[in-house]
Amino acid sequence: MLNDITLGQYFPGNSPIHRMDPRAKLLLTVVYIVALFLVKSFVGYALSLAFLYLVVRLAKIPFKYLIKGVKPLRFIILFTFLLNLFFLTGEKVLLVLGPFRLTQEALFNALYFSLRLVFLVMGSSVLTLTTSPVQLTDALERILHPLQRFHFPAHELAMMMTIALRFIPTLLDETDKIQKAQMARGADFESGNLIQRAKAMIPLLVPLFVSSFRRANDLAMAMEARCYRGGDHRTRLRELRYTRLDGMAALAVCGFVALIVLEGHFFG
Amino acid sequence: MPLVVEKLNHTYMKGGPYETQALYDISFTIHDGEFVGLIGHTGSGKSTLVQHLNGLLQPTSGRVLVDGTDLSDKNADRKQIRCKVGLVFQYAENQLFEETVEKDIAFGPKNLGLNAEEIDRRVREAMRQVSLDYDRIAKKSVFELSGGQMRRVAIAGVLAMKPSVLVLDEPCAGLDPHGREEILKLIRRLHRESGTTIVMVSHSMDDVAQLAERVMVMHRGHMVMDGTPEEIFTRGEELRQMGLDVPQVVQLCEQLRMRGFDIPERIYRMEDIRELITQICKKGGYHAQ
Repeated sequence: MLNDITLGQYFPGNSPIHRMDPRAKLLLTVVYIVALFLVKSFVGYALSLAFLYLVVRLAKIPFKYLIKGVKPLRFIILFTFLLNLFFLTGEKVLLVLGPFRLTQEALFNALYFSLRLVFLVMGSSVLTLTTSPVQLTDALERILHPLQRFHFPAHELAMMMTIALRFIPTLLDETDKIQKAQMARGADFESGNLIQRAKAMIPLLVPLFVSSFRRANDLAMAMEARCYRGGDHRTRLRELRYTRLDGMAALAVCGFVALIVLEGHFFG
Repeated sequence: MPLVVEKLNHTYMKGGPYETQALYDISFTIHDGEFVGLIGHTGSGKSTLVQHLNGLLQPTSGRVLVDGTDLSDKNADRKQIRCKVGLVFQYAENQLFEETVEKDIAFGPKNLGLNAEEIDRRVREAMRQVSLDYDRIAKKSVFELSGGQMRRVAIAGVLAMKPSVLVLDEPCAGLDPHGREEILKLIRRLHRESGTTIVMVSHSMDDVAQLAERVMVMHRGHMVMDGTPEEIFTRGEELRQMGLDVPQVVQLCEQLRMRGFDIPERIYRMEDIRELITQICKKGGYHAQ
């Protein structure tokens, strides 16, 4: 039953987007998200959608995966929409509902906000769908590297993230196994009130903790045995290199930002 | 209470990018009191198959009937089924969680809603069945025990449910030779004394050869052989092609035959070969040949 959780949701492939340098992908995604905040009209959102669609086609990811990424956030999006709808004031009143006055400005603003959220999530989904978690932490480490001058533990942080990510599937497997083993002994994880359910978690959590500690201990030992020590002078298995692909992507994103700025100028 | 599997297929993560089919059209019937050895290489689908036997996994297509009850039936009483078919997982000691051995074994019976007396009776009975001394061990923490003892506590936890079919997934994995021997002995005793139907998953040909009355061989999600140990172990060449081996006893017989000894076919048990070799020695051994 834990099979449904696709962690990091990486969708393997060999498209140009997959082959890009993860640092470039990460930075360009940030630029895309910033650009979303500059959008001032529906024309801009249409442009954003078109751009996103192009990238997704290029990455050869089924579009429904992007929609799936937005789904868990539907309540937050709805909440933002309603909040903006009823609590912003404006001049053109469209509807009066008791104490609430619905204005045209509020309606537009609410739509803008929700659309921005949707695009934001979809944009970052493209990143996580086309970049494996390990690549992502690699990229993060490189991007944060300059901060090491100020004693920021970039390498350690990336290593911790890598380890955590590495062990999530293992732990999920383990959870699944222990859960089934307890179910085979008649345990019931699905019914009962809140307290009963919390209590039913004990037979699951105790073995899970025990095995996590054992694993952590083993891993630490294995790393020690191979003389692991921090970040200095370590060479890497996969060197990150910017290629022409990244340059082209950067140009495309720049073009997109320029269009958005122009849009703000003409329609804003 | 027969256990019937009909045209069972199972696909993991159907529709996702990592979709894999683990079982293809598996069909068999296991009758009361049988001792079945289920053999296969890593990834052949053994573990997936046994999880269907008590409804922990649902078939993608096909069905599993326990005592006539279809396990994919939404209205089937799952607790009842899991009580009938006890499943001991691989590395079963990883499921232990209670403060004491006694409490951990009592977990199953407690879930069945039995009263305290009955639970206590069952805990003592289960501990006896796995040869753990109640007075000495019951109040100990499970984490103080040795690996072999923990494994036996875990098996006792399933036995306390009083299953009429006991499925064991690699019960000897990761144990030292002494621990292995102990577990195998207790499985054999369970089968002989209580007449429990046993399905033992293993990739050790030797364990299966010593115990099983019927052997099923799985390969890449298919059930490729199903028969008596005699029938299966004479097909050594096919087994080797699947990355499996024949029991050491059979290997010994083959070697002896190659050196000109007259060894009958279909010998796979330690006792039989011992008998035979003593006979040969009495007759004057190698020089007489």
